[in-house]
Amino acid sequence: MTFDEQYFDIGRLDRLSYRETCVHRLDPRAKVIAVMLFLLTVISFPKYEIVALAPFFLFPVLLLTVGEIPVRFIIKKIIVVSPFAIFIGIFNPLLDARTFAVIPGFVVSAGWVSFFSILLKFTLTISAALLLIATTSFPGVCHALRRLGFPALFVSQLLFLYRYLFVLMEEAMRIIRARDMRSFGSRGTGRKVFVRIIGILFLRTVDRAERIYYAMLSRGFQGDIPSLKRSRMALTDLAFLSMMIAYLSIFRFFPVTEGIGRVAQELLG
Amino acid sequence: MHMADALLSPAVGTTLWAGSVAVGGYASKKLKERIDDRTIPLMGVLGAFIFASQMINFTIPGTGSSGHLGGGMILAILLGSHAAFLVMASVLTVQALFFADGGLLALGCNIWNLSVYPCYLIYPFIYKPWVGDNKSPVRILVASIVSVILALQLGAFSVVMETLLSGKSELPFGAFVLLMQPIHLSIGIVEGFITAGVINYVQGARPEILESMAASRPMGTEVSLKKIMVTFVVLAVITGGALSWFASTHPDGLEWSIEKITGKGELPKQEHGIAPVLKTIQEKTAFLPGYNFKPAGNDAKKEEADPAWPGIDAGTSLAGIIGAAIVLGMIMLIGMGIRSFRRRDT
Repeated sequence: MTFDEQYFDIGRLDRLSYRETCVHRLDPRAKVIAVMLFLLTVISFPKYEIVALAPFFLFPVLLLTVGEIPVRFIIKKIIVVSPFAIFIGIFNPLLDARTFAVIPGFVVSAGWVSFFSILLKFTLTISAALLLIATTSFPGVCHALRRLGFPALFVSQLLFLYRYLFVLMEEAMRIIRARDMRSFGSRGTGRKVFVRIIGILFLRTVDRAERIYYAMLSRGFQGDIPSLKRSRMALTDLAFLSMMIAYLSIFRFFPVTEGIGRVAQELLG
Repeated sequence: MHMADALLSPAVGTTLWAGSVAVGGYASKKLKERIDDRTIPLMGVLGAFIFASQMINFTIPGTGSSGHLGGGMILAILLGSHAAFLVMASVLTVQALFFADGGLLALGCNIWNLSVYPCYLIYPFIYKPWVGDNKSPVRILVASIVSVILALQLGAFSVVMETLLSGKSELPFGAFVLLMQPIHLSIGIVEGFITAGVINYVQGARPEILESMAASRPMGTEVSLKKIMVTFVVLAVITGGALSWFASTHPDGLEWSIEKITGKGELPKQEHGIAPVLKTIQEKTAFLPGYNFKPAGNDAKKEEADPAWPGIDAGTSLAGIIGAAIVLGMIMLIGMGIRSFRRRDT
């Protein structure tokens, strides 16, 4: 991805989080807890599980549709980060060639099964994490973490980082544009120029931090960023959490998918 | 390289989360004792700086590929251990949330691999004693390269260990190590040059910035060896606790981790010994938890047929695939239904 694309990508995810749907209105804490439980449940499935993972697509699909998040955008982001999981997972089919399942007319090696399982888990976990941000907003997640007991210092660090991210990225974008306009092909993309660019960016960053600090002092900064929004766990949030727990535990501990398949087989004869 | 959720097991994920949270709590406590208000916005903006500069690519000489800045070491040199750790952790958190680099469960691993090593091991024990007050560019260059290489090697090795302990990948230990370490050696050399280049550039252009940053650091930056030892003992206890807790639900988890740990103890023999051990243990663990949930009727038959490997009979897997297709179809329908309903609404 080029610099500009990455920049607009972050901005887009950020803008999505300011919509007003019932998913967006849920308490951030409830959503953070729900997503963490979801991730743990998905990850806890054994290596060769594929079938039982199917019902877990319901959660991201609901977040996507009820939260009115564009599907393509999320899929694109998932594909962009997939290389590492694919790179590690692709060795499974090569190294684990035992026969796994024999459906009439089909033989699958265990390696492909576990590779496919990794891909499914990857899609589920990554989409859940992205959708958490797209439906909660980053400051929302931060304040949720704060109220769930994370150190205040770390949370204000996150909030500062988020606040100045866009400013500094614009700064970097200007420098990169200036470089690109003055260079042909791969000239100017080497190490030496890079070091200078980073150095300049660093100096500007420090100067900016100084100005920010004085501006904040004059507005009464005392080392903490409080949130004006008073969020309270409402009945809907508790209902959402308990439904989530029920959903996760039913599909984790009972072979529902296989059961449905058996019933369908019976019906079809 | 970022660890990914899909390759992790819950035991490994939560253990490293516990470790990273413990170090994070320690870092915030230490920082709070002597913090200057000024440092808080500085840390935040520097985090944004690392983030922005990671998005700028440069060409690695000799190859066609491009690299970018990791950042852990440069932050440690600029801010000292505690502040650097928190900044790095926040950068990784934002990456996990916005780019889904890694993932939320793997975030614990990533913080551990990419922040704990440079900030709490390499910087206080290698870079700092080596460079000290000596500001010669050559010394900074050599020290940074060595530090970055070491930090990255530790990080890469941890990725290998975390993946193997999780047991989702089939890669044998030896091959995996041979794959990861050399890649990170070359990345480390390049990043070392970059780190030293930036430090030297700032040193030359505005030396007072580095000095004022060093002055505003909390005094507790000198981490004593004793404290490090205590921290690691505490972490080991947490790790053991977490593992044994999981072991009670999955009997083989503990057995497996003990095997791993004892295997790790005798380092020279490791490469021959560990791969077959891992393989047999993997075979044992692989089908343990999932098969408790099968309908009772099938179980006995299966065990009779093949005790070493669960030969799933054709009927079971066919039912599974039909079921999965039906479930996914239903989810699709639900999604499309909600979407069209919403559209009519607005």
